[in-house]
Amino acid sequence: MTPVVADRRGVEVLVLRGVTKSYGSLEVLRGVDLEVGEHEAVALIGASGSGKSTLLRCIDLLEDIDDGDIFLDGEPITIPGTNPVPIRRRLGLVFQAFNLFPNMNVLDNVTIGAIKGQRMEKSEARAAGLALLERFGLGDRRDDYPDKLSGGQQQRVAIARALLTRPRALLLDEVTSALDPELVGEVLEVIRDLKAEGMTMIIATHEMSFAREVADQVCFLEDGRILERGTPKQIFSSPERAETRRFLARVLRGATVSAPD
Amino acid sequence: MVVIGGLAALVLTSPGWPSVRKTFFSGHYFSLSFSSVLAGFWLDVRMFLIVEACVLVLGLLIALIRTVDLPVLFPVRLLCKVFVDVMRGIPLIILIYLIGFGVPALRLSGLPTDPTVLAGIALGMSYSAYVSEVYRAGIMSVHPSQAAAGLALGLTRAQTLRHVIIPQAVRRVIPPLLNDFIALQKDVSLVAFIGPQEAFQVANVFADQYFNNTPLLAAALLYLCVTIPLVTVFDRMQMRTIRARGSALAFGPR
Repeated sequence: MTPVVADRRGVEVLVLRGVTKSYGSLEVLRGVDLEVGEHEAVALIGASGSGKSTLLRCIDLLEDIDDGDIFLDGEPITIPGTNPVPIRRRLGLVFQAFNLFPNMNVLDNVTIGAIKGQRMEKSEARAAGLALLERFGLGDRRDDYPDKLSGGQQQRVAIARALLTRPRALLLDEVTSALDPELVGEVLEVIRDLKAEGMTMIIATHEMSFAREVADQVCFLEDGRILERGTPKQIFSSPERAETRRFLARVLRGATVSAPD
Repeated sequence: MVVIGGLAALVLTSPGWPSVRKTFFSGHYFSLSFSSVLAGFWLDVRMFLIVEACVLVLGLLIALIRTVDLPVLFPVRLLCKVFVDVMRGIPLIILIYLIGFGVPALRLSGLPTDPTVLAGIALGMSYSAYVSEVYRAGIMSVHPSQAAAGLALGLTRAQTLRHVIIPQAVRRVIPPLLNDFIALQKDVSLVAFIGPQEAFQVANVFADQYFNNTPLLAAALLYLCVTIPLVTVFDRMQMRTIRARGSALAFGPR
């Protein structure tokens, strides 16, 4: 597959302007600006609690933002009173804890969004779902229930589920954080594959080497703000802010200690 | 076994046993009353089936109204809460009297006056309240991340409830629901107090007429004939759901 190179001057799929979000007196996002171009992969890095997950949930309209604007393909999606359902159908969100539906088998998990949400023909959805599962090496597990699958398999099903509705952008919320170390690779492989295909993605992650490899743009979040952004090379090789350097020093040291090689 | 044997010995040697045997275990009065009691029991069974079906639907409806946090529904939600609290607070027998005698006393045309129907309504109201709480506990026990996943897939709130939350919730509350089934099956006999000719009422009339309580024993036996198989079936179903869910049984037989 020929890699699709992100064109920064191309179409902006997602634009965030001054997004703020508080839970009571706790300010989780304090004015976030972000632009995500078509085919671009943006990695969000930062400590737990820095606001990465909340940001993704706000973009998918699972949380109401307090102030600011979010645009999807140039259209504002955070105007109060907007029906969030059609907008969510244009985005895909994958959760850290997979959140597969335990009452449905693998294929039903993958197809329910397309069948019920997008009113896709059942046979068509099942064929498309099966093709996706085959591609992710899970074709033989289609009739299994999620609790029979390993974490890595469950997360690949969850990614297939989010992809079947052909989202404009895929939001990945620390999708490898709940996995045993030996299962992380198979999930990252799928994401690498999607990037090569040109899927527009925002990836909240703790996997620094993966962010460096796959992202076009890396954003470092701290206390609900994007403190620094740039190409992976800039952020990982010559970060400008002391906070970024401190964060990277902490997580990269951890990585070298825990890595088996 | 020793305990049962001891109790049996105690009962059989008690000073009152000869007269108890005559008034509770008389073969003559048993066969005399049995067919009438059985006919009355058929009314109990029909009432149970109809009321239970209504309770399952109404209970779920109340539970759903109480869980969905749409501002529009606030007055209905408050009404449901008051209904549930009041119904659970009134002894069932008093509720049956209030509805059984109160509603006809209003003399409003269109309202039912048949005591069987009124008693059925009272039973249905009371049990809907209990069963709605069972459902609600089930709905609350489904983790919010499941709802988030449904919404993120582009399902509406109603679709998320229908396809994601309710199937998981109902599966979890089957054991307590079955428990309420059995309780309702027995509580149907309370309607006797406002007149319908069901098993307990029929047996009671016989008992008063012949100064012999054996017909009551016949009614009790009929109840056992239904409840014991029900309990057995329900226990099996419960074990199957536990096994299907894959949870290891820490206690008890395999």
